[in-house]
Amino acid sequence: MTDFRLDLGTWVAGFISFVTDTFGGVFDVIRAIFLAAYDVVDLLLASPPFWVVIVIAAILGYLARGWRFALGTAVGLFVIVSVDQWENAMDTLALVLVASLLAIVLSIPLGIWAATSSVASRIIRPILDFMQTMPAFVYLIPALILFRVGVVPGIVATVIFALAPGVRLTELGIRGVDKEIVEAGQAFGASRWRILRQIQLPLARPTIMAGVNQVIMLSLSMVVIAGMVGAGGLGAQVVASLNRIDVALGFEAGLSVVILAIFLDRLTAALGDGETVLGRMLGARAARRRASAAPAAPERAAEPAPERTEPALV
Amino acid sequence: MTLTTPALKAEHLYKAFGRRPSEIVDRLRAGSTRAEVTSLGTAAVIDASFDVQPGEIFVVMGLSGSGKSTLIRMLNGLLDATSGSVTIGGSSITGVPQAKLREVRRQKVSMVFQHFALLPHRSVIDNIAYGLEIQGMSKTERTQRARDMVATVGLDGWADSLPGELSGGMQQRVGLARALAADTDVLLMDEAFSALDPLIRREMQEQLIELQQKLGKTIIFITHDLNEAMFLGDRIAVMRDGRIVQIGTPEEILTDPANDYVAQFVQDVDRARVLTASSVMEQAKAVIPMSAGPRAALRIMRDLQTSAVFVTRRDRSLAGVVRDRDVLRQVKSNQNDLEAILRHEATVVPADAHLVDLVEPSVGSDLPIAVVGDDGRLLGVIPRVTLLAALGNVSTSTADVPVQLPPTTLTLEVIAETLRESTTEGAVR
Repeated sequence: MTDFRLDLGTWVAGFISFVTDTFGGVFDVIRAIFLAAYDVVDLLLASPPFWVVIVIAAILGYLARGWRFALGTAVGLFVIVSVDQWENAMDTLALVLVASLLAIVLSIPLGIWAATSSVASRIIRPILDFMQTMPAFVYLIPALILFRVGVVPGIVATVIFALAPGVRLTELGIRGVDKEIVEAGQAFGASRWRILRQIQLPLARPTIMAGVNQVIMLSLSMVVIAGMVGAGGLGAQVVASLNRIDVALGFEAGLSVVILAIFLDRLTAALGDGETVLGRMLGARAARRRASAAPAAPERAAEPAPERTEPALV
Repeated sequence: MTLTTPALKAEHLYKAFGRRPSEIVDRLRAGSTRAEVTSLGTAAVIDASFDVQPGEIFVVMGLSGSGKSTLIRMLNGLLDATSGSVTIGGSSITGVPQAKLREVRRQKVSMVFQHFALLPHRSVIDNIAYGLEIQGMSKTERTQRARDMVATVGLDGWADSLPGELSGGMQQRVGLARALAADTDVLLMDEAFSALDPLIRREMQEQLIELQQKLGKTIIFITHDLNEAMFLGDRIAVMRDGRIVQIGTPEEILTDPANDYVAQFVQDVDRARVLTASSVMEQAKAVIPMSAGPRAALRIMRDLQTSAVFVTRRDRSLAGVVRDRDVLRQVKSNQNDLEAILRHEATVVPADAHLVDLVEPSVGSDLPIAVVGDDGRLLGVIPRVTLLAALGNVSTSTADVPVQLPPTTLTLEVIAETLRESTTEGAVR
């Protein structure tokens, strides 16, 4: 051992307490806003009778994927009711929805920024790595200090953890848009905003939606950790069963998380490909025309590889 | 060169990629070669200068990596020129702010892309109206304009389809219609037909020429296909390793290549479709004016050992051909009117006829093909051997290749005897 000791932790702790002292008011405001958002969503989900929520979820499922998914949704959610985890599940769903929405609202503009500027991309990427790999418990600590026990530090920790794939896949999607089509926009004199709105975002939509899907799934995976800081819901049930070594409760709560996860995953994945009613409502207006106009193409493309196939020069 | 202002003018354009592009350009200006600056970066375009006249199809031709795609992207500012200037219809697009550049692109220059670059989520009609939409035209007006354009490029019935439902050729028609709808004077086409299969490509080339004649656009066309360049181009710029090595009409490039590179390049071109009658024709020797009479005709036949001579009128227009037996009979019967024995067997072609159209008549007749100007004047002749030599890229400029005329069907003695007799009878002209 050497006498040398880098007091990195102490400095960060000092910084956090400085932030707490100086900007305490700001964080109280943020806390109030997050809490209010959560309460509203939770109220919407938890106050109606369970069957109303199940019917709505089944209808969404039908629009997104068809009647089989609708049936599966109804059965799955009914299992949650029958193991008496319905209210906890709705609390968790509210937390996941609020956290995901925040993460998406933050990550898509960040992704766009990273896609348009390689400097921004170089700065953002290591920060994302840091946020994703730093164990979630670690930033739960300052979150607890700043936002006090309850659902808000859970939301904040979830947002930080779930942000990365949203940013990454948005950047990837926009950078992956056919360069020639972007050039076409430029060549006809379109502004950058117009190119983003009319070309890049629509064409990157499947990738961005895959990012949204990942954000939601990661949010769900954070519920147990959120449960530890008093966010309630299924997470709190898992934590309680762990403390009591209660296998029965643990399994029921865990299964409820899995059912929610499958429902959200399949639902959001269907939005990405634009092949369903719900997917179309979200984006592709043009898809509506697909049904109406399509005589068979007479000379359907058989495109040989361009360039380099022709006159070979000595 | 005409005296009108060029539709597009490029002066000393350089484009270099690398850490210090301007240093690369300075070195190139000082005389370094492209290979010598590779350690600093890539010189994609080196000192390119040209004018494109209004209504002209200007083809830039070169293989992959010759810098042609970089060059065309500098012409509308998709890439900034490292040095040099581009002027389109009087507006400079080099060194101007983005807003001004966008304005020029909206009003003066549009582009057609190799892989069509259509917006896949928009219908054909909305794709075609895209340029107009950016120009700020109202929805009803731009849809109307786009509908007209759908018909112009032959896509009736497809207006409401999505690009993905169309074949490659049809998609590129949409790309072309989008560029034409924007109603700019200058059209840039970047390997526009290279991704299409050969039959569709030929069809598109023909349609492009048709449209250009109708609409009078100035077109700058990039291609790696020499036959395409020769077919479309009023003038062709050949690029190699970032430099323009020759600019000229297709025939100039073919018949007078600036260097070995161009010569080698044009070796495989379908010469029959590029070369015209006027570029291979030879001076007509076996030709006499109508007024010269049968004796003069017979004398020329004897001298050139041929059985037929072309006859011209007073205004030097081609009247027809006389054959040796007819002439001999006339001389013997002491007549003087060549018109009476004139035959109209010779194939007559205009000066700009392509060689491909001359092969069949040449095979079907023993006479050389007569080439006439717009006013009907006999400009020259193309004997079969000359045609074959031109198609086979054998040099015809040397005098070694004899001008072959239909051989005499009479023996020299008979002609000489007849001439002697007629002279003694006192036929003095």
